[in-house]
Amino acid sequence: MSDFKKPQTTAEYEANFPQLKPLMDANMAYYESSRCLFCYDAPCIKACPTSIDIPLFIKQINTENLTGAAKTIYSANFFGHTCGKVCPTEVLCEGACVYNEQDVKPIEIGRLQSHATTDAIRKDKSIFKKADANGKSVAVVGAGPGGIACASELATLGYQVDIFEAKAKPSGLAMHGTAPYKIANQDVMDEVAYLQRQLGFKVIYNKNIDTRRELNTLESKYDAIFLGIGLGDTRSTGTPGEQLENCIGATEFIEQLKLDPLSVTVGKKVVVIGGGNTAMDAASESARLGADVTLVYRRSKEAKGAYEFEYDLAKSVGVKALFSTNVTEIIGDQKVAQLKCIKTQSTDGKLENVDGSEFTIECDFLIRATGQIKQKDFLDLAGLQYDNRGKVKVDSESGQCSNPIYFAGGDAVNGGAEVVNACAEGKSAAQGIHSYIINK
Amino acid sequence: MADLRANLAGITSPNPFWLASAPPTNSGYQIMKAFDAGWGGAVWKTMGVPVVNVSSRYGAVNYRDTRMMGFNNIELITDRPLSDNLREIEEVKKYFPDHAVIASLMVQTREEWHQIIKDVENAGADGIELNFGCPHGMCERGMGSAVGQEPNVLKTITMWAKEVAQVPVIVKLTPNITDITEPARAAAAGGADAISLINTVQSIVNVDLDTFAPNPSVDGKSTHGGYCGPAVKPIALNMVKSCAQDRDVNIPISGIGGIETWRDATEHMLLGASNVQVCTAAMHYGFGIVREMKAGLEDYMDSKGFETLYDLIGKSVPKVESWEHLNLNYKIIAEIDNTKCIGCQLCYIACEDGAHQAIGLSEINGERTPHIIEENCVGCNLCSLVCPVEECITMVDVTKNKTHESWSDYMNNGKAPTTFDDDRAGGKHHWVPEPKDALKKRK
Repeated sequence: MSDFKKPQTTAEYEANFPQLKPLMDANMAYYESSRCLFCYDAPCIKACPTSIDIPLFIKQINTENLTGAAKTIYSANFFGHTCGKVCPTEVLCEGACVYNEQDVKPIEIGRLQSHATTDAIRKDKSIFKKADANGKSVAVVGAGPGGIACASELATLGYQVDIFEAKAKPSGLAMHGTAPYKIANQDVMDEVAYLQRQLGFKVIYNKNIDTRRELNTLESKYDAIFLGIGLGDTRSTGTPGEQLENCIGATEFIEQLKLDPLSVTVGKKVVVIGGGNTAMDAASESARLGADVTLVYRRSKEAKGAYEFEYDLAKSVGVKALFSTNVTEIIGDQKVAQLKCIKTQSTDGKLENVDGSEFTIECDFLIRATGQIKQKDFLDLAGLQYDNRGKVKVDSESGQCSNPIYFAGGDAVNGGAEVVNACAEGKSAAQGIHSYIINK
Repeated sequence: MADLRANLAGITSPNPFWLASAPPTNSGYQIMKAFDAGWGGAVWKTMGVPVVNVSSRYGAVNYRDTRMMGFNNIELITDRPLSDNLREIEEVKKYFPDHAVIASLMVQTREEWHQIIKDVENAGADGIELNFGCPHGMCERGMGSAVGQEPNVLKTITMWAKEVAQVPVIVKLTPNITDITEPARAAAAGGADAISLINTVQSIVNVDLDTFAPNPSVDGKSTHGGYCGPAVKPIALNMVKSCAQDRDVNIPISGIGGIETWRDATEHMLLGASNVQVCTAAMHYGFGIVREMKAGLEDYMDSKGFETLYDLIGKSVPKVESWEHLNLNYKIIAEIDNTKCIGCQLCYIACEDGAHQAIGLSEINGERTPHIIEENCVGCNLCSLVCPVEECITMVDVTKNKTHESWSDYMNNGKAPTTFDDDRAGGKHHWVPEPKDALKKRK
């Protein structure tokens, strides 16, 4: 059983969802930055998808040059603050820190990064160099990390950029999909507002691009179009009973929680289906909302896709797990009441149900973390090629699509990765767009 | 069990750890507290005509997260009336008859020296230290380091002190001089029973980048101060060694400068100090720091089988020679223990950019493993010094020619290079990359 009670007030909510990587104060940052060895050809830089010069910005923090540190971070990654908080640093920069090799705690790179960027954002430090307007314009579809990174980079190159966003708030999954204990909504908003103030790209909210006519307009009005469209809703697994009340996709559940935490509904006995990081997040979050949570995954514990530390985090708030278990039917009268399950085993890599191992578990709220659908409909509409798994086909260097006016990056291209990957892809696509336009 | 009892020119103390003349010895209260905490002796804050001090007196050098790696002050000698100090000396000696109480003194005329020496001896001082070292404030008035920098004046005043002193006289030397042995010899010639060194080094510790005033700032202005703390130990050790080796000095030494741990103290004594004096460490951590020093020295002596301090005092003095006598045939090279290596590659870049391009890199099974290019390694130690892992890089003796040949032998045997392009140049056959190779990896 979890120790959490369903939060009724914002204060109770914040108490149940304390920040995993709270901000450092100046003293902590000073001591932590003092530990950095300033490695040559540093492994942390290599492990960062955006190749931030980490030893340099840590040295800059240590010499009380916070603005310089922020410049170093933002010159590589426009979501420097968000990434400092939401990146799985344990498997990226901090996981590569050489201190791990001698069982010394790695440098808290993520928190140091947030420390420097917080200072720049709060003081509205002007750190970006912007080229003169070049008279060219680019449309960006989707104000997620990929789209905003692309728009920001283009703005520094002198482009006028308009971002079209279907939702009412920016930052895509960085806002709507990251666990509340990783970053507060306001921090995500503040970083985008900071970028916008300095770089001047425009965001048109609540504007879904979903007709051929709209695409025609974009194609004729802009010199290039960047697609940072991400992925769609949670994929159906075809399990009977998915249509019952209190059966929800993980992406949808987390979005509700992020946008309106006090009115989100969750049951008393929650089951989360899936073995990925999103499943771990949904399970952790349900537990922190006061539910008794069981994770059900069809494959073994070892085969789960989630990072070990994400699983540990879920366990630490009382989440139980049933591995090698398939949910075959969702039973209930209007609402979810029970799950029919069967044990599985893997023979020669093939997963099979074990005959005679059927059992049922009680469940009044089911969260399916079974992956998101690809945006094939949109890609068909835009006439762009995608691979057999629905991922947009792009040139790996420039991010250019099969129709040369289109570029893409982020989850729609990589199939679903971290915020930091989208940032890297958005930024490099901007360079691709730039060389496409000047060579046109 | 090691015997820590110390003796400096006849001044005995239960252990060799004395507090140096400084703020921690400003009053009888502090000295009693220090003796109670375990200090063996104390040199009273310099007495003379009381001064008026400025407010804002200390500055510090922090290195990364290490506070007060270096420390400086612009404080002067005591600002308390002499009679108060004399009364307190008497009281301290009543409670701690076996501990060493040394009166540090700084006055101007022969009469003043005679008078104040008699006064402190009457109060019970076990010894007298002539403060010829203070590098700020007092020297401008012809005292302190102004005396320490003029060997003749130093000798004369030492003689004045010796005319009346019944207890041993220690002369405290300033390091702000080209050759420390000159004032040390003058002290000996003047009849001093011992010397103590070093006093503080003239310094500006840092400058405030907003106000442009150095620290410590007194109403927007600063002045040079006296530098001390861990940072000055190497300077002190060298000067202690020089005095210990000099036959014309030949009097006991009280070692001062950068002593914070038992190791620092032991190094001072190995290089010839009969005891040590400490200030900054006590100002940083309080008198309790002496516990570590006493215990550490005792454990070290036990582990080495040293029964008394005489077994270790000066033991390193014969280990220091002038460069021309060092063995040019001795050859070491670095060896990297790849099982301990954490892959920071600091050794690589240090050698590559700062030394002799004698470390190569390879990526084996994802491990970032540096390796020594033996033919390029000159045995400089740099890689082993930058390596953050204990005993990962060691220096191995690969001496082939077992005979001892020094620069002076080279000179005598005609092996020393004498012209600009002499074939006998030490680095003649040492490989170095072509200049343009530096740009090979340029993006």
